[in-house]
Amino acid sequence: MSDPFANRGNRDASVVNPRPAGTAEGNHHSGPTRPGHSGDPFLIGEGMRGGYGKADILNGCTLAVEKGQIAVIVGPNGAGKSTAMKAIFGMLNLREGSVRLDGQDISALNPQDRVKAGMGFVPQVANVFPTMTVEENLEMGAYLRGDDFRETMQQVYELFPAVADKRRQNAGELSGGQRQQVAVGRALMTRPKLLMLDEPTAGVSPIVMDELFDRIIEIARTGISILMVEQNAKQALEIADIGYVLVQGANRYTGTGAQLMADPEVRRTFLGG
Amino acid sequence: MDLLNALVAILNFVVIPAAAYGAQLALGALGVTLIYGILRFSNFAHGDTMAFGTAIVILLTWGLQALGIGFGPLPTALLALPLGIALTAALALLTDRWVYRHYRQVRAAPIVVVMASVGVMFVMNGLTRLVIGVDEIQFADGARFVISVPQFKAMTGLTEGLALRTTQAITLVIAALSVWALFAFLNRTRAGKAMRAYADNEDLALLSGIDPDRVVRLTWIIATGLAVLAGTLYGLDKSFKAFNYFQILLPVFAAAIVGGLGSPLGAIAGGFLIAFSEVALTYPWKKIAEYLGFEPAGLMQMLGTEYKLAISFVILIVVLLVRPTGLFRGKAY
Repeated sequence: MSDPFANRGNRDASVVNPRPAGTAEGNHHSGPTRPGHSGDPFLIGEGMRGGYGKADILNGCTLAVEKGQIAVIVGPNGAGKSTAMKAIFGMLNLREGSVRLDGQDISALNPQDRVKAGMGFVPQVANVFPTMTVEENLEMGAYLRGDDFRETMQQVYELFPAVADKRRQNAGELSGGQRQQVAVGRALMTRPKLLMLDEPTAGVSPIVMDELFDRIIEIARTGISILMVEQNAKQALEIADIGYVLVQGANRYTGTGAQLMADPEVRRTFLGG
Repeated sequence: MDLLNALVAILNFVVIPAAAYGAQLALGALGVTLIYGILRFSNFAHGDTMAFGTAIVILLTWGLQALGIGFGPLPTALLALPLGIALTAALALLTDRWVYRHYRQVRAAPIVVVMASVGVMFVMNGLTRLVIGVDEIQFADGARFVISVPQFKAMTGLTEGLALRTTQAITLVIAALSVWALFAFLNRTRAGKAMRAYADNEDLALLSGIDPDRVVRLTWIIATGLAVLAGTLYGLDKSFKAFNYFQILLPVFAAAIVGGLGSPLGAIAGGFLIAFSEVALTYPWKKIAEYLGFEPAGLMQMLGTEYKLAISFVILIVVLLVRPTGLFRGKAY
């Protein structure tokens, strides 16, 4: 910044809390849901077009997952992978296109209501409550539920035994991999029908990554659809039922994981040979 | 015997007054630290919220006294407290609606909100003076002492007396109860955990279905409740004067920062640290030194009482230099 005194009051932590404010739109209300189209996949974000400012980041991209399947979105930096996830979760207003889940058009719902409709979202960063214990993190995941959630919590602990041992420890004190497990566990507490993961293996070691992918397969086997963005394209496509390669906010290649891995064009351009 | 006399003198002139004052500061600092942790700014209007709330409590106390209602040996003001807190919280919620909500909606930089709170401070300040005036008001009634000096001397036969005023005992009891209640609320209840979750990560709290408006409202109500409590106890213990409450903002802030802003435990520790330093450094230790067999030439008073407020700042500067996050690692890192 050219002005050395710019913003200086905001750097004084004795009067201003340096924690960033929330960026999600908290007070916009949901519109009505409409019936979806017949023959829709379990989840489909169709012809999505939109962005944050004037320029569109998504240029008519379409993503779909069937029940209990794993869909992986890969692509170069700036291709709009995370933005597509946010659009499906309702954190981005679409100019065109629609999002349909389980036979309902949910395009007009805000993120909280999409959680109620059966979506679980794990953001890429800041995806746990650092000064709260593992158990409290899971409790907050179940905040919307009025019923007894102890059974779900037990299931999460069975899925991630490593964090079960640390349930009284603050989530901020855990290792990167364990923190990701808590984040996924938190999202599972609402018993979602669709779990969306934004780069779940960012910043974790290869061993932890393999472990995390195994858990994700396990989650999908229980009938939960998975939609995830991944930086580690090769490993992710290996477990994918369907893969999407996005470029500049539009679909470039679509196919099963194996097909994409076998496609020489995809290999050369996106998977590094 | 002299050693006992020295101990009693220390208790009487340092420990008891400082503990009561520390409890009052801690209650005030808890409110500041909650607002800092959850609403992300230092609320400069907190001292005047204390003043306004206390003024309301005094008016209600006078009303009760006029009706002939008392609280036996306890001050009538305690009866007036719940309604006083409710009315002041209502004003705080209105202030949030009229002032702070706008800045949240336009996502203003927090320093802008700090400045807005300075404005609110001046308005509250004026409002308090309009409501109750600028004079010093004594509103403590009921029994004055739990133990008075002659009683203590008769009981123990020591030459040095010890007094425990009712207001001091009440301050300590109420402060302990409200701190316990606050921690139980924050750590055990669903609403309290939602507040902590919001303070940790606003976006994730929103995605978990926590209503941000509800968290903000709860924060104002709790912080205001603590402020009115602190203000009333301080007023009962000493006296009410609008200007004193404007000044008490300084040690309250020092306590919150020294303890670590955003850390409730830190606010309590900071409150007692500031209070004990203020009292210990301005107390003439001559008498105690004499009991211990020394013959000091002077009063052994390190600072004149006029410099009381400066002590908080010296501690503040030292802590910020040595341990900028405060004694308990707060949110400011």
